[in-house]
Amino acid sequence: MKQGIYTIGHNRPLTADVWEMTLLGDTSPITAPGQFINIKLEGLFLRRPISVCHWDGEKLTIIYKVVGKGTEQMCAMGPREKLDVLAGLGNGFDVQKCGDHTLVIGGGVGVPPMYGLAKALLAAGKKVTAVLGFNTASEIFYENEFKALGVDTVITTVDGSYGVKGFVTHGLPEHYDYYCACGPLPMLKAVYNAAPTSGLLSFEERMGCGFGACMGCSCETKYGSKRICVDGPVLEKEEIVW
Amino acid sequence: MVDTKVTLSGIVLDNPVIPASGTFGYGKEFAALYDINCLGTFSFKGTTREARFGNPTPRIAECNAGMINAVGLQNPGVEAVIAHELPEMKKFFHKPVMANVSGFSVEDYAYTCAMLDKEEQVGWLEVNISCPNVHNGGMSFGVDPKAAAEVTAAVKAVTTKPVYMKLSPNVTDIVSIAKACEEAGADGISLINTLLGMRIDLRTKKPVIANKMGGFSGSAILPVALRMVYQVYEAVKIPVIGMGGVSSAEDVIEMMLAGATAVEVGAANLVNPYACRDIIADLPRVMEKYRINNLTDMIGGAHHG
Repeated sequence: MKQGIYTIGHNRPLTADVWEMTLLGDTSPITAPGQFINIKLEGLFLRRPISVCHWDGEKLTIIYKVVGKGTEQMCAMGPREKLDVLAGLGNGFDVQKCGDHTLVIGGGVGVPPMYGLAKALLAAGKKVTAVLGFNTASEIFYENEFKALGVDTVITTVDGSYGVKGFVTHGLPEHYDYYCACGPLPMLKAVYNAAPTSGLLSFEERMGCGFGACMGCSCETKYGSKRICVDGPVLEKEEIVW
Repeated sequence: MVDTKVTLSGIVLDNPVIPASGTFGYGKEFAALYDINCLGTFSFKGTTREARFGNPTPRIAECNAGMINAVGLQNPGVEAVIAHELPEMKKFFHKPVMANVSGFSVEDYAYTCAMLDKEEQVGWLEVNISCPNVHNGGMSFGVDPKAAAEVTAAVKAVTTKPVYMKLSPNVTDIVSIAKACEEAGADGISLINTLLGMRIDLRTKKPVIANKMGGFSGSAILPVALRMVYQVYEAVKIPVIGMGGVSSAEDVIEMMLAGATAVEVGAANLVNPYACRDIIADLPRVMEKYRINNLTDMIGGAHHG
């Protein structure tokens, strides 16, 4: 983890309430896809943890949904504005653990880290299939970005307005040997129950610090208690206690 | 050259800045970021007789200029702390550390303090009496002068280390609790612990925190803490460690003027992991600005003349 001042490159809406922001600065603290950053915002006491979508050289990209005061403030910001960021938080996905054909499963704002993961898996020579779930057609983002990587991409929508009707579990292909998932808790649980292979699941929790000091985001696992912010957010399927 | 040294029960601190228990773990997350030997000392994570997972999540809620936590004293238990955390800590922290202890019965406190008394690294015991007493319907030890005195006496009987009783602010008369601890033999008073608070989520229409209520901390509580430190300093002869909402070198000095010999920094560490290092680095500048040569001279300064 490292603290730094980052400059906003661009900040643009992808859908009605989902935004993409690039931050220019030191990306060396980021060591794995699925890690997150913690952003200090004016007038708000706690930092805002947001997962890293992908990073490259001196630029990192985050995608966030506008849900409250913090993200409302973020979407009003523009290029060249500065943000105080703690970068390289959390364990992220271990690409080495993934199979030769790994499914990356994302639901809603759980989609962004799966993009960086897909890139890393491809770079490691693995076959990747993406299953991305949204509520409805107008909420879909990054379909083309995944396809541009050359990844087979299945889109599901709860209302059936685009792609496969239903949840991500309705879009799972027949053959794969590992999966990685990020999304709301009910989605993770459904994937855990539906997918027969081993896998990695990324969890969300309300955090105090984001770097392991406050014990605000602890969860119980089969191997004892873990802090979502440093021992997670990615947990192995085998250790999860629901 | 300004002098930031203070003396806490016979142990000299390079400066009065002490990360508060529960915001600094056992030090290792911060030692990975900076050399924590710049600190006066630090108060490690509240340790209990048995290991505790703590409360269900969510445990954290944000407030204006502060936060609420209901972690529930998650810790690995005193045996694991002595077997693993203290030897690990020895590698990166070379000063006496403050051992923060919690309990749910008088016997719990005595047991845990007796164990930590044997540890050379421990300079002081800081005894958190905000916990519920399981033998008294879950009422906090810290709200009753008699119960607070009982814990103090039980701990004093098992240790030769200086004992600082950490008081809860959720009482009608903080002075009576502080006095009871002093009379029972406490070497010092730490205050304040968090203020009981809550938040409700407008979307779910339910409390944000699973435990419903939690401890409010952060810069918003500084005036309350300052007032209590001021009142307790007037009433007792033993040293006071002041804490509550401190996030700058100015706050540290203000707390000392109210009567604090040393000052703990809590929630600020969670927002800026370098907070204590930055405050210590800024102390000489602020001292010069206010023409202060010696921090010790500031202790209780607001009471005199």
